Amino acid sequence: MSEDAIIKKFMYVNRKSPYGTIYALESLEVVLITAAFDQEVSLTFTDDGVYQLMKDQKTDGIGMKNFSSTYAALGDYEIKKIFIDKESLEERGLVLSDLQELVWEDEDEDYAEKSSINLVSRADLSKIMNEQDIVMSF
Amino acid sequence: MKLGILINEGPYQHQASDTALQYVKAAIEKGHEIYRVFFYNDGVNNATRLATPPQDDRNITKEWSALAKNHGIDLVVCVAAAQRRGILDKGEAERNGKDSDNIEEGFRISGLGQLVEAGIQSDRLITFGD
Amino acid sequence: MNMLHTVNKSPFENSSVTSCISMCAKDNSILFIEDAVISVMKATKFTEMIESSLKDFNMYALKPDLEARGLSLDNVIEGVKIVGYEEFVDLTTEHDSVQSWL
Repeated sequence: MSEDAIIKKFMYVNRKSPYGTIYALESLEVVLITAAFDQEVSLTFTDDGVYQLMKDQKTDGIGMKNFSSTYAALGDYEIKKIFIDKESLEERGLVLSDLQELVWEDEDEDYAEKSSINLVSRADLSKIMNEQDIVMSF
Repeated sequence: MKLGILINEGPYQHQASDTALQYVKAAIEKGHEIYRVFFYNDGVNNATRLATPPQDDRNITKEWSALAKNHGIDLVVCVAAAQRRGILDKGEAERNGKDSDNIEEGFRISGLGQLVEAGIQSDRLITFGD
Repeated sequence: MNMLHTVNKSPFENSSVTSCISMCAKDNSILFIEDAVISVMKATKFTEMIESSLKDFNMYALKPDLEARGLSLDNVIEGVKIVGYEEFVDLTTEHDSVQSWL
């Protein structure tokens, strides 16, 4: 396939809490497909999107499938760049340890687990976003 | 330029599909190529031919269909999102044991890979949604 | 790289406009469409924020959306450029990428 030669920077910006709308779940589906196309994929969690990564989600009471464990698989898809907006966390009284730990395995260092999570300021985030080829916001 | 379009909201509830239509018409007028229009999330509801808006209202689905016919635009509906929301072509209806299909002419159902491919192949990808 | 940001929500409804402005890189452009055109009107509680952001970003508002909502073009904050769908297309092709704040 000719498109194999093209590698673009895709960033997915998640700005909504999970379950209230389907955006978080269907965004994740696009992310996994994009990784399968060998593109450079990163994810940003900002505004209420930071709630997508909360630990201890229990959805039995609302009758919906808990998909929060899927985020842990991102590392297996070679998605190593997860940006968390520091201000959004702080505004919501959250700290990094309220969120899942996401890791990837570094083949070059005997599969050592490394954190995929980068806590960044909005100023840094704006620079990173500006470098992307494709930004999709859900 | 080659432009890819992503539409994430259904017709009528949100202005997204209307804005996208106006944008696409203007882009064609200016000589740009629409590489693909991809319908995702509730945007898949743009593809049902069973919608019957009042006669004095616009028919968004028909407008997309006409654009596809007149300008050869590829209108692709995400299969997973479409299955959740009951948008089916003949093949999908048969595969899932449903008694009918409802997709409008000019739309086709395919996988999310078509969105990623549109991102890769287009010079720009523009999203319209909620 | 220079990015075009589009926003389509009223700043009275949610944080899309303020988030966009706070995460927009210098010299990027912001196009207000649909309900977001409310952001660029004079004499609202967001006017000052928009006016001060004009130093750092180019701002545009979609004329058909202003007109549809009965918003007078005369009351659009000075410095915000009023554009049609044709210019919307030009803005997307003149910038390197487009981010829609949904």
